[in-house]
Amino acid sequence: MMTGRELELRSNLYRQKILKYIVGAKAGHTGGSLSCIDILNVLYNYVLNVDPKNFGAADRDRYIQSKGHCVEALFVVLADKGFFPESDLETLCKYKSHYIGHPTRKVHGVEQNTGALGHGLSLSVGTALAAKLDNKPYRVYTLLGDGELPEGSNWEAALTASHYNLDNLCAIIDKNSLQITGSTADVCNTDPIDEKFESFGWEVEHVNGHSISELKQAFDSLPLKKGKPSLIIAHTVKGNGVSFMENQVKWHHGVPDAGQYEEAIKELEQKKAAIL
Amino acid sequence: MGTVVESQVVNGVANLEVFSNTLQELAQRDRDILAVTSDSRGSGKLVPFGQKFPDQIIEIGIAEQNLVGVAAGLASAGKKVFAVSPACFLTARALEQIKNDVAYSDNPVKLIGISAGVSYGALGSTHHSLHDYAVLRAINNMIIVAPADNFETQQAIKQAAELNKPIYLRFGKKPMPLLTNDESNSFQLGKGRVITEGEDIAIIATGEAVLPALQAAEKLKSSHGLNATVVSMHTIKPLDYALLKQVAANTKALLTVEEHSVYGGLGEACASYLLENRYSNPFKIMGIPDEYTVTGSQAEIMNHYGISEAGIIAASLDLLNL
Repeated sequence: MMTGRELELRSNLYRQKILKYIVGAKAGHTGGSLSCIDILNVLYNYVLNVDPKNFGAADRDRYIQSKGHCVEALFVVLADKGFFPESDLETLCKYKSHYIGHPTRKVHGVEQNTGALGHGLSLSVGTALAAKLDNKPYRVYTLLGDGELPEGSNWEAALTASHYNLDNLCAIIDKNSLQITGSTADVCNTDPIDEKFESFGWEVEHVNGHSISELKQAFDSLPLKKGKPSLIIAHTVKGNGVSFMENQVKWHHGVPDAGQYEEAIKELEQKKAAIL
Repeated sequence: MGTVVESQVVNGVANLEVFSNTLQELAQRDRDILAVTSDSRGSGKLVPFGQKFPDQIIEIGIAEQNLVGVAAGLASAGKKVFAVSPACFLTARALEQIKNDVAYSDNPVKLIGISAGVSYGALGSTHHSLHDYAVLRAINNMIIVAPADNFETQQAIKQAAELNKPIYLRFGKKPMPLLTNDESNSFQLGKGRVITEGEDIAIIATGEAVLPALQAAEKLKSSHGLNATVVSMHTIKPLDYALLKQVAANTKALLTVEEHSVYGGLGEACASYLLENRYSNPFKIMGIPDEYTVTGSQAEIMNHYGISEAGIIAASLDLLNL
């Protein structure tokens, strides 16, 4: 089990790798990958019971990434966990590569093909329901973006999750408050998200989505309430970790040029030194 | 080859009922069999299923997108899932879930489109599914099946249950007689069934349109001395190209019949294969033209557009220049 400091270092490393492979691919969802990476770090290094050597295990925990466009974060973590050689990511988005710009089951460790928004929650509800029917102990985790919440299918799934008392389901919202057009509040305001989900029968907790300790604590307390599905609203900063990217819409899928990449890595190296 | 068994015309039940009975039989032996419904257990004839196997029916409510997404999640965890919803909603409202969560993610959900085609008759266009073959044909990794009679239905459901691939099965709700009493005429997904054989014309039909094709073939024989081949092309994708080739080579003309738009269905699937393989038989696609249908019952609508014994006879004679 990694210490808090080791996890902090992992997040820093993952941020650097996300940028590296986005620069290599000349494409990627930079801002959102940086906003959700601490969540993925804690999930894969602290929470999830998944094993690259036995990924098909019936009792494994499931992680389904509904905000599929932030695949770079997922691929970097899966590579680090040993699901595939990290060098594979040099082919990201390249001709004939399996490593496309959204999660695909052709990549070892990916549960479901996602990319179209508003799909992950229903898939997770079905998977959690199967665990209940079979009395299996696994938990299902799904990561949603706040920008995808206007998709109606999310709310259909939210109803079903509470209808069937799926307390083995945990949704996490990466609430970075920005989407491609601008702020989520301006595009289609979904606040207050907590009250909406609570009224749909969920138990909700807010955390700082960049605080390893708060994330760990929230996951440790699952289910937030017995008999109810859990929602963790992770308050995050789009582009987190690289100051010139933070809270800037243009970095939704902006790709750093050589100079920007160098500057970003320099900043992350400084932050790494501070952790050490 | 067999002919329509008249007694069955009276006694035949809706294919949907056979679906439900078959599913009960399977569920008895296999606890992983699940029916997932969108407030559709009544129209899906699943009330007895739900009574006997309350733990094997999952009600989602009227939310087709979620129905398909949840079904895909269940299937990914090893359940044998039959997602049951009116074909019109299942294949339009939930099309993206079918495309991504079922087909693309390769979750082996059995999508059951009930009350398909114009089964809902006068309820109108919102409730008709005349697009389902077309949209699903263009989706990779999707098998499309429209069983014609009770036997084909039973076999299709049993084979689908064991199939670890996404599949769409389409059912009407009209009582259907057996197409043949020839027990050696077996059913295999992906292989069309030849119901009668003749050299003058091949009538290739699917689903509930096979019955009028067979009735027309009998009349063509008795009234016009013409011998028709009738094929129940229950599997529209993957299409049985070998059989298509065989009937094209052995008959003078080809007629396709379906309870679907003339665009994108069985007819166009046959046409593209025949053209690409240099067949030049006289050819016609019978289906619903590109318009909002006339108001009426299923039978009235089918008759109106010639998907009927009389319509198929007329089209056959026309194709043969008689």
